[in-house]
Amino acid sequence: MKPPPFSYYDPANVEDAVKLLGTLENAKILAGGQSLMPMLNMRYVLPDHVIDLNKIEGLSYIRDVGDALEIGAMTRQRDLEFSEIVQKRCPIMHEALLQVGHRQTRNRGTIGGSLSHLDPAAELPAICAAHDAVVTVQGTNGTRDIPFSEFPAGYMTPSIELDELVIGIRLPLWPEGHGYGFVEFARRHGDFAMTSAAALLEVDGGGQITRASLTIGGVATAPLRMTEIEEALVGGDGSEERFRELCEACRAIASIGDVYASAEYRQHLATVLSRRALVKAYARATGKA
Amino acid sequence: MGETRDISLTINGKTYSETVEVRFTLADFMRQQLGLTGTHLGCEHGVCGACTILFDGNSARSCLMLAVQADGHEITTIEGIAISDDELHPLQEAFRDNHGLQCGFCTPGMLTTLIEFLRDNPDPTEAEVRIAISGNLCRCTGYQGIVAAALDAAKRLREANAA
Repeated sequence: MKPPPFSYYDPANVEDAVKLLGTLENAKILAGGQSLMPMLNMRYVLPDHVIDLNKIEGLSYIRDVGDALEIGAMTRQRDLEFSEIVQKRCPIMHEALLQVGHRQTRNRGTIGGSLSHLDPAAELPAICAAHDAVVTVQGTNGTRDIPFSEFPAGYMTPSIELDELVIGIRLPLWPEGHGYGFVEFARRHGDFAMTSAAALLEVDGGGQITRASLTIGGVATAPLRMTEIEEALVGGDGSEERFRELCEACRAIASIGDVYASAEYRQHLATVLSRRALVKAYARATGKA
Repeated sequence: MGETRDISLTINGKTYSETVEVRFTLADFMRQQLGLTGTHLGCEHGVCGACTILFDGNSARSCLMLAVQADGHEITTIEGIAISDDELHPLQEAFRDNHGLQCGFCTPGMLTTLIEFLRDNPDPTEAEVRIAISGNLCRCTGYQGIVAAALDAAKRLREANAA
């Protein structure tokens, strides 16, 4: 249970980090270390080079730019959790963060690390999917923006090049007063979710849904937006019966299954949790929560 | 020996300047190189919480950090919690009085975790205590004694601060 030998680099800026990524073979990025370090200890990964981002200044920030939040890749989950901006402007992220690991891991873990690791059950990628986030990466050829819908290339694999590094996230915001709900099912508090659901709703004065976002985590190989349910939600009311009917569609998700939960069980959880997330979001949007 | 680096860090108020192998975790560095064996290692992949330390005042798993990353930083371990050689920290007193430990393996992580928690939340509910220690596994106590100790310590610390 000890990391294998490697060379260690702690560049002072993103340019140097990217240069190292572009020239070193078999290099791994160390951000908060809450995923990479266990994998190193167990020797699931055997990198020849580890590039530590913790000495880089300027990658930890939370900015409210009006219609969006801009978050630096090295912003710790702790800082997001305690951020008044996040609580006020992106409350679903706050609700989700409380279920990310434990205090000890949130103190170190970063949003950029979570997105790059891209565990299908992780909370922050699900929130990025729900909010139509845009991920900014920097490589030797400069920076580019990737809409989150195109960010996962597959199971735990972001669609970024070997010499590219996630440097920031832009999270388009929903208007104040929108409804939100994040629920997950895990065996123990702080575990990765077997399944999670993130719902965002806008509701008009008559109680009719005018805009909907529904994301399922932990079922498909990456967080999945349920676009057909979203479209069916818009224009209708917020009765639980209606949510129950529409969420049945979650049983058709191409699901992963493992020793913790079968594919069928995850599909079942998705139908239940998506309904609960929508109920929560609707109650909040209509001031009843 | 693989690649090494010279680092300097403060642990429990004492400065250490050492040459360390870059692949060493902070926990192994403290235990094996500095002889600070109060910090325990259980799972070594961030699940059990026994290796929890305070890193610049905030709790962290010392098995999930490299020793080189602690260069220039300040660490508190279980060895640095007691007020003096003769006087325990109120949290330690509360653990003793409430049977908050049996074998003692999880205790260093429980105490460091709770020191941060009670600093940030001096008047917690029982439910909040349970969430706070949800990342620390104990196989002896059934947690009842630990939760009681945490609530008792919170009371003692509040009274001490009010006095």
